[in-house]
Amino acid sequence: MSSQTVRSNLMALPAVAWLFLFMVVPCLIILAYAFLTRGLYGGIEYTPTAENFQRVIDPLYAKIFLTSVRIAGLATLLAILIAYPAAYAICLSPKRTQPLLLFFAVLPFWSNYLIRTYAWIVLLNREGLINNLLRWFGYEGEPLALLYREGAVITGLVYNYLPFVILAIYSSLSRLNGELIEASRDLGAGRVRTFFRVTLPLTMPGVAAGGVFVFVLSIGNFVTPALLGGGRFQMIGNLVYDQFLTANDWPFGAALGMVLIAIMIGLLLLQARASARFCGEKQEAANG
Amino acid sequence: MNIDFKAPVLAVDTVVKRFGKTVAVNGLSLDIRENEFFALLGPSGCGKTTLLRMIAGFEVPDEGRIRLAGTDITEQAPEKRPLNLMFQSYALFPHMTVRQNLAYGLEMEQLAKSEISARVEEMLKTTDLQALAGRKPAELSGGQKQRVALARALIKRPKVLLLDEPLGALDKKLREKMQLELKRLQNEVGITFIIVTHDQEEALVMADRVAVLKDGSILQCGTPQEVYERPANRFVAGFIGVMNFIEGEIGADALFRAGGEVLACDHNGLKRDQKAVLAVRPENIVLKSDGTGIAGTVVDVAYHGLDRQLYVKTTLSAAPLQVRLAATGAAAAQTGAAVSLGFDAAACRIFQD
Amino acid sequence: MADALRTKLTGRAILVLVFSFLYLPIAVLVLLSFNASGLPTTWSGFSLRWYVSLANNSDILHAAWNTLVVAIFATLIATVLGTMLAIGMETRKRRSTALEALAFAPMVIPDIVLAVALLTLFSRLNVTMGLSTIVISHVIFDLAFVCSVVRARLKNFDFSIVEASRDLGASSFTTFWRITFPVLLPAIIAGALLAFTLSVDEFIIAFFTSGAGRSSITLPMQIYSMIRFGVTPEINALATIVMGVSAAALLLSQWLNKEQMTR
Repeated sequence: MSSQTVRSNLMALPAVAWLFLFMVVPCLIILAYAFLTRGLYGGIEYTPTAENFQRVIDPLYAKIFLTSVRIAGLATLLAILIAYPAAYAICLSPKRTQPLLLFFAVLPFWSNYLIRTYAWIVLLNREGLINNLLRWFGYEGEPLALLYREGAVITGLVYNYLPFVILAIYSSLSRLNGELIEASRDLGAGRVRTFFRVTLPLTMPGVAAGGVFVFVLSIGNFVTPALLGGGRFQMIGNLVYDQFLTANDWPFGAALGMVLIAIMIGLLLLQARASARFCGEKQEAANG
Repeated sequence: MNIDFKAPVLAVDTVVKRFGKTVAVNGLSLDIRENEFFALLGPSGCGKTTLLRMIAGFEVPDEGRIRLAGTDITEQAPEKRPLNLMFQSYALFPHMTVRQNLAYGLEMEQLAKSEISARVEEMLKTTDLQALAGRKPAELSGGQKQRVALARALIKRPKVLLLDEPLGALDKKLREKMQLELKRLQNEVGITFIIVTHDQEEALVMADRVAVLKDGSILQCGTPQEVYERPANRFVAGFIGVMNFIEGEIGADALFRAGGEVLACDHNGLKRDQKAVLAVRPENIVLKSDGTGIAGTVVDVAYHGLDRQLYVKTTLSAAPLQVRLAATGAAAAQTGAAVSLGFDAAACRIFQD
Repeated sequence: MADALRTKLTGRAILVLVFSFLYLPIAVLVLLSFNASGLPTTWSGFSLRWYVSLANNSDILHAAWNTLVVAIFATLIATVLGTMLAIGMETRKRRSTALEALAFAPMVIPDIVLAVALLTLFSRLNVTMGLSTIVISHVIFDLAFVCSVVRARLKNFDFSIVEASRDLGASSFTTFWRITFPVLLPAIIAGALLAFTLSVDEFIIAFFTSGAGRSSITLPMQIYSMIRFGVTPEINALATIVMGVSAAALLLSQWLNKEQMTR
C-alpha cells in the first residue's frame, strides 16, 4: 500500500469505526435476532428458527404488507407525476432563477417532518380549514371526514417527499443536452414524441432515484400512518414499532426490519442497474 | 547564442519509474546546464510530466538518482528542494490575493516581514502585476493567472524552475506573446528553466536545447536547429515540423531509390539492399522549370500568407508530397498543373527503422 | 411565438400550483400561531399569546434545551468525522465500493430499522439510554450528510494547490491548515449547518434511543405527543419557531455553498 493510501485510510478510519460500531453491528444483531425465538415474557431464546419470516407471509401480516406496498406505491406514483412537471417547469425558467426555485422547492424537505405532517391535520380535520372553507362556500352537509383515510396518509407522504423527487428529476433534466431535443425536433418528431422518445428515457435515472427514495421511506414510515391514518392503517413501519415497543416480540420486529432492508437494497440495486444502462445510452447519444 | 554554458546544474541519472505494469520513464539520463532554457518535448503519455514530477519531488523514482548542483535529491521531500514548479493548472490559492500568493513561499522560509514585503513588491513590479496585487485568482484572466503562477515560483529564487505546459491554457495569440515574454524573463532572472510541452513549435521557439521523448526514453537531445534539421530517427522527423516520407530502398550502390528514381545518397552506412524511408521537408523541395525533375500533378494549394503549400501527387508515394513555395513564386502552382520536382539531396534524411 | 408563450404560461402555472401545495400548509400554521383564538375556524385578531404561553411551558423549554444539547454535540462530532471521511475518500487513488456504500447507507436506511437496531444494541450492552445515546445515534446520519457536502466541494477541488504549497516550502501539516482547510471551510460549515438542522428535527431515532422517562425528551418527541394527545394552539407557535430556525440555518448553509462555488 502506498503511503497516500495509508493516509487516506487513516482519515476515514474514525468515521468508519463509528458507522461500523453503531450502524453495521446493530444491524447484524437484529439480523441475528430475526432468526431467534421469542421468550415467554418477551425476552430472547437462543433457539434458531425461521418462524419469524414465515409469519411475515401469514395472511394477517401479508395484508398489512400489501396495504403498505399499495400506499407506498401510490405515493411514489403521485410524487413522480407532480414532481416531473414541476422539475420541467423549473428547467424552463431563466437560468438565474433556477437555483432559487430549486432551493425553495427543497427547503420544506429539511424542516421538521412532524410539523409538516401536523399541518395536514389542521387542514383535513373535521373542524379543519378545508371543511371550514367548504362551509364558507355554502356547503351545508356533514363535515367531510378527510382525515384518517388512506387518501390522507398518501397525501402526507407525497407532501413530505415531493421536494426530493423534484430535486432528483431536476438534476437529471438539467444535465440533458438541449441540443438532443432540438435534434429530435429537427429530425421531424413533434413535441410529444420528442418527450417520450428522447427526454423521458434520458431522465429515467432521476425518476428512478426519486421513486426509490419515496417508496423506501414510505413503506418504512410509521409517523404518517399514525398521525394522518389515526392508527387505522397499519404499515410495516408501524408493525416494527409495535413489536419493539408494545408487543415486545423483538425477533419478529427484527425480521420485519430485515424485510425492509431487503426491499431497500433490492430497489437500490435495480435503480443502479437501470441508471447505468440509461447512462450508457446517454453516452452514446452524446457521442453520436 | 551567447549564453555561457557551465557544469550541469541538474543531473538525471538512469531514472526508472513504473506505475503498476506500465513503465512511465525508462532508464532516462539527462544533464541540464546552468542558465539553460531546456524543453522536454513529446506526445502525451511519453513520460515527460512524470519526469518533471520526479524532479519536483512529487514522485520518487524506482531506480536511478537525481542530483541538483551536486546534491542527491532523489528522495528529498518537495518542500525541501531548492527548485520550484509552475503547475499546468497554475494552482493559485483561491482564498488568497495575488500578493498573499506571492508571499506564501517566502513565509515558509521564515524570512523577516520587511524582507518578504520588499521582495513581493519587487516581483509584482518585474511581472507587471502591481495593479492586480489585491485581487483573488477568480478575478484574473487566464494570462494574468499565468503571470501570477510564474511570479509565485520565481520569487523563491529557485536554482531551477520547472514549467508544466505553462502556456497550454492560453489562446494562440496570447501564447505567442508569452513565449517571448518567458524567454525574456528567463534571460533577466538568470534561472535555469525546464519546460514540459507537447507543442513542438513552442519548444523550438523558446528552448536552448530540446529533448524529444517517447515511451519514457529520450530519442534525441540537441538544439532546436539540430533536431529540426538532423532528426535522429523517423519519429523525431515526423513529430517536429512538417515532413514528407517516401518509402523506397537503398541499393548496393548506396543510392536511395523510390519509384525508379534516384533521390539521394546514403552517407551514414545504412544497410545495402534494404528497405528505407526518405524524409524531406516541404522547403527542401523545389519546382524545376527545365523539366528534368520528378513529374507530378498539383492536387491542392493551401494559402498561408507568406507562403503557399502545394500538394503534389507523384508516383513516389501514396500521399501527395507537400512543397512550400513563396507566395509570390511561380504561377504554375495551380490545382491541376503538371510540375516537376527537385530534391535538395543534402537536406534529405534516410531512416531504416 | 404563441407556442413559446403557451409553454411559458404553462410552466408558470405549474410552478404556482406546486409551490402553493408545498407552502400553503406551512403558511396556515404560521398564520394560526398569531391567531388570538388559536382555532382554524375563526380569526380573532393578531396576538402573541401562544408564544408567551410557550415561553412559560417548562416541559417545552426543557425539551428545547435537550434538543439543543443533542444537536450541538452530534454536529460537532459529525463535522469532524464527516470531513475526515470525505477527505479520506477523495484522496484515495482508487474508489472503494465498500466505503462508498458505508457512507451512503445512513442516508437511505429506513430510520425505523436503524432506530430499533440501536435500541437493541444499547439494551444488549446495558447502556443507560439518555441524551448521550441520542447523540451517538444522530452522529451516524449527520456525518454521512457532512461527508456528502464536503465531498461535493472536494470533487472540484484542484489538488494541485496542495502540491503547489509543498513545492513552495510548506510541510504537509502547514499545507493542511493554511490551504486545504480554509478552502474547504465554507463547505464544512454548510455541512455542519445541515447536520444541525437534521439533528434538531430528528424524531424516530431519538424516540427509540432516549430511554425511559421524560428527562431526555427532545423537542420533536414533545411535538409528537402534543399532536397525538390533544392539539393545543401552542404547537403552532412552536412549529413556527422550529421551522424558522431550520430555514435560517439552511439559507445560511446554501449561501456559504454558493459563495465558495463562485470563487
